[in-house]
Amino acid sequence: MSVLDHIKSDEELLKKFRPADQAQTIEDLSELDQDELVRLKKTGVDLDAKNRLGTFLQTNCGVVACSCDVQGIEMLPITEALKKYDGLSEYYWRLIDPDKDAFTREAKEHLDNGYFIRAKRGQKVVYPLQACLYIRNDDVAQRVHNIVVAEEGSELHIITGCTTHPHLTSGLHIGISEFYVKKGAKLIFTMVHNWAEEVYVRPRTAIVVEEEGTFLSNYVSLKGVKSVQSFPTCILKGKGAIARFNSVIVAPKGSCIDTGSRIVLEAPETRGEIISRTISYGGYIVARGHLVGKAPDIKAHLECQGLMLGQRGVIHAIPELEAHVPDVDMSHEAAVGKIAKEEIEYLMARGLSEEDATSTIVRGFLNVKIEGLPKELDDELQKAVEECHKGM
Amino acid sequence: MLHIEDLWVDVHGKEVLKGIDLYIGKGETHCLFGRNGSGKTTLLMTIMGFDGYQVKHGKIIFKGEDITHMPLNERARLGLGLSFQRPPTLRGVKLRDMLKLCGNGSNKGVQLAIEYGFESFLDREVNLGFSGGEIKKSELLQLLSQNPDLTLLDEPESGVDVENLNVIGDMIRRLLEKDKHRNRTKSGLIITHTGFILNYVTADKGHVMLDGRLVCHGNPIDIFERIQQNGYEECAKCQF
Repeated sequence: MSVLDHIKSDEELLKKFRPADQAQTIEDLSELDQDELVRLKKTGVDLDAKNRLGTFLQTNCGVVACSCDVQGIEMLPITEALKKYDGLSEYYWRLIDPDKDAFTREAKEHLDNGYFIRAKRGQKVVYPLQACLYIRNDDVAQRVHNIVVAEEGSELHIITGCTTHPHLTSGLHIGISEFYVKKGAKLIFTMVHNWAEEVYVRPRTAIVVEEEGTFLSNYVSLKGVKSVQSFPTCILKGKGAIARFNSVIVAPKGSCIDTGSRIVLEAPETRGEIISRTISYGGYIVARGHLVGKAPDIKAHLECQGLMLGQRGVIHAIPELEAHVPDVDMSHEAAVGKIAKEEIEYLMARGLSEEDATSTIVRGFLNVKIEGLPKELDDELQKAVEECHKGM
Repeated sequence: MLHIEDLWVDVHGKEVLKGIDLYIGKGETHCLFGRNGSGKTTLLMTIMGFDGYQVKHGKIIFKGEDITHMPLNERARLGLGLSFQRPPTLRGVKLRDMLKLCGNGSNKGVQLAIEYGFESFLDREVNLGFSGGEIKKSELLQLLSQNPDLTLLDEPESGVDVENLNVIGDMIRRLLEKDKHRNRTKSGLIITHTGFILNYVTADKGHVMLDGRLVCHGNPIDIFERIQQNGYEECAKCQF
């Protein structure tokens, strides 16, 4: 049992951790040992990969790597971008109110760093860029602010891996993210969480998508974490804009993951989809989804599927549909339960053992089609699903 | 191949099979007729070993081994295979992967799917949105990949249009090695209501089940014609 179990308020939680700028940081990637590189790779961050167009890596508060070779893509630590662009007034704290809660206030007052990534007009990338927010020492509170801008007609794919040192157990990550998808642009944002058992995670994310723009979000969290509380909101502001959120979440015993997405369909003919697959092996999951239809001819769908594989876990699915005008097409389906026995027997009748049958079903359940995921990350995820299933 | 002796089976506490005796030799195909609810499916499910089919008395010998209380998957590995009437949907599991699982990693099922024009289904989730005929094809492809010695088929023709009956028939013939006239090793037990399948697959013997008992045995075509003429009641007074 951890002392952190007794924390009552957000303010109290903040006090339990030391600011990241008080912890040691490293100067160079060569200081990372083999264990750490393996850990990063499992989180989708591969420092040797040829098919990444750029890499941003922040350990605690320090930016250790920030480089992108593609002309037309700009990648900077947010602290530099703020200086270079005179406070980034067009983007910084424009979608999220800094007074929203204790964590936004903390990030506003004590910013460690974060990234600014911008795809210039018409620039399209073939491979993803990778960003890693890495907590390297115990009891550190990392406070990050990220801004991504996909300018008109551009295409960008970012893989963000958030993780902790392999031997570390406790930490706090606060991540403010504001994403801007301009007219006709496309942003694929894949986030992999690979935290430790006593880590608290408080992302605060908002996205705005303009006319004919597309935002695709993939969120994967398969490992134990103390507590995640996250509820990104995407506003489809321009006609024909599209947003899709896919989440794959596994909560082992001791993890509390309260997550979901909201899509506000403000403009006509916009499309939204939220798909989540959650598994509790004894952990507590709140799977939220909120679709708000505010304009005619919109179409939105929400799908929450939960599998209870532990005896004591909780999955609380909260799908919400909110229509403000008559001409909307909004639907949801939610199902929570254990694996159907007939599915297990079906596979056993083909010669599989009960254990293999169960893992085949679990793998299938978590097999959400994640667009644009590089093969090696997909392989890592398959392995992680396998491991987490075997470990239970 | 299969030897059933005085088999009594309960389902949810209700006596369904009441003393079944059945012998299926190596290379033989048998047909099972009977009204809905007479116990035909229960017999197949009990032979395969599904949970909920409680053997109260008697035994099932398969390939010389007493399998009466053997787990389902071990029976499958020993060479029993069953096509499901209404199989569940496996979300996220592609038919391609399912066929490989059935074939213990072999690619045979995938190749057969291509051969039978079922290629476009390989990357679809198993049974999701499949029509009746497509389910039958998918089931038979899985069995072909699994390659059982005794195949249990529960109404393989139901829900299949006439055009596809040909394909289904061909798959079953292949499963049961119907092209081999000597040294055939594959056996089958087929439940049929319509008898259509008999136009595609020759069967060696037919049995009629009435209220949990096998009451009539003989040439399957003769039996089927008799059922068509006189109904099942006549079968109770087996003339064969």
